[in-house]
Amino acid sequence: MRLTPVEQDMLDGRQGAARQWAMEHMLQVGRFFDAEDFVEVAQAHMMADTESLGEAGVAFVERFAALPEAERRVHIPMITDPRGIDFNHYRTLKQTDEMAALEQRAIDAFQALGILMTDTCINYQTIMPPVQGEHMAYGDTGVVIYCNSVLGARSNFEGGPSALAAGLTGRTPRYGLHLDKHRRGTKRFKVNAEPRGLSDWGALGAIVGRRAGSYWEVPVIEGIASPPTSDELKHMGAAMASFGSTPLFHLVGVTPEAPTLDAVCDPAMPPDRISDDDLADFYGLYGGRGDKVDVVVFAAPQLSLVEMQDVATLLDGKKVHSKTALLVVTSPQVGADAARLGLIERIEATGAVVLQGMCFYQSYAREIGEANGWKHLLTNSAKLVNIIGGYGYQPALASMEDCVASSVAGEIV
Amino acid sequence: MKRELTCHVGIGPDTAGEALVTDDNFSARYDLDRLKGIFSRPQHKLAGASYVDRILVVNTAKGGVASAWMLHEMASRSMAPKAILFNSANAILAQGAALAGMAMCDRFEDGDITELIQTGDMVTVHPSRGIVFVSRRDG
Repeated sequence: MRLTPVEQDMLDGRQGAARQWAMEHMLQVGRFFDAEDFVEVAQAHMMADTESLGEAGVAFVERFAALPEAERRVHIPMITDPRGIDFNHYRTLKQTDEMAALEQRAIDAFQALGILMTDTCINYQTIMPPVQGEHMAYGDTGVVIYCNSVLGARSNFEGGPSALAAGLTGRTPRYGLHLDKHRRGTKRFKVNAEPRGLSDWGALGAIVGRRAGSYWEVPVIEGIASPPTSDELKHMGAAMASFGSTPLFHLVGVTPEAPTLDAVCDPAMPPDRISDDDLADFYGLYGGRGDKVDVVVFAAPQLSLVEMQDVATLLDGKKVHSKTALLVVTSPQVGADAARLGLIERIEATGAVVLQGMCFYQSYAREIGEANGWKHLLTNSAKLVNIIGGYGYQPALASMEDCVASSVAGEIV
Repeated sequence: MKRELTCHVGIGPDTAGEALVTDDNFSARYDLDRLKGIFSRPQHKLAGASYVDRILVVNTAKGGVASAWMLHEMASRSMAPKAILFNSANAILAQGAALAGMAMCDRFEDGDITELIQTGDMVTVHPSRGIVFVSRRDG
């Protein structure tokens, strides 16, 4: 790869051990994907929950945190994905003091690097959305697919280490979604269905992602009658990225790189069709009516203020079933507004718990499932039903309305 | 008989071990019980199988970004595969291999790697040369 003098300086260690590691790390990745050079990025966003880092990952970051300030501070604005602990509620979830202590060590280390602990996967709704054409180093697949697709930004999936490397150096290898050639549509989908509600949009994203099937495929979607909302696209993108490892989609007539079909792919490409039956079949893959529910989860992605209001309104005047837990997960930014507007008080008055700055599947899901006796999980997140089976849960997917009603009934309604 | 397979230049050190093969996809977050070192998602084709110290051969990567930290964490406890071979890796798994010091290769010239290698084969991986040697278990 071609290096500028500044990059060579960092690689040679003249700007300290952290930036030297970052350059060496990114060179390995860049060579793997035939990158010719680096591209400067405006922001970095890092997935860094301690369930993923483990003791080894935290110790790795602490090495950098111990360096002199000039050598350890990130070069660009750098923010964080949800953490594994909400310190106000970790005992409620039966997380351990050891988990909380490891989380605190990680936070201390990241803050020593100058990282803003935003703890959110909806930064594009709450922090500072990118503008079209802006190069980024974003972690969290839901963040990447939304910002690439809906906002026209340019980012690969950057795992925690690579996002950290980008933050320390202000650049990332120029491959994949940074290049025009990887942003053209490669698979065409025609939707003959009417998604209703966030879980339907998630199911649609899941179907597209599963059929696309690879990081290097770019779905082009036609047939959406009117522009979806930000929350609907959030759920569709998050599920697509989860099921397909898909970092970019184009919605013809809606997303900025696809004003027309011709603009983004060969119009002669035969379409793969998606119907209402496909959506129904997707729901049928998971649990259904009459099944017991141990825990109902609204998360993945974290809820927007609008979703928080919807949940509060659906719950007003009700009580969550004594044998069922209802968890509502949002970002600290939305959480502050939700508290100010009385939404958290309304939600928690029903027996539900509002968690901030974390996400359910990043929160030692196996351990808290075993500690609380949670096996049957209901959610309106298609992304979450895809992830959580590996943690020992039996998931089911339903609309927000049916999730709330099921949490009251103690079984899927 | 030893067969030589050619792939794109990979990441990580030379290594050798016994293959564990599936045409399914891979995510450390979605599919594994990392404490026990086994595939735990019931729908995965390797459900129940141990991946520790194996040369894991899978179709492609799926899912989220967590695998980038997780490979490093698994390797720190000596509970990781020795190498992962893909038909097509994604950005996250390549980043994870780089941090973990784990061998990883993809883009094989000879065809579908999940068909060219069978579970139980002895496999030697040379990422920097883009070469993998395979010895059939019954040969």
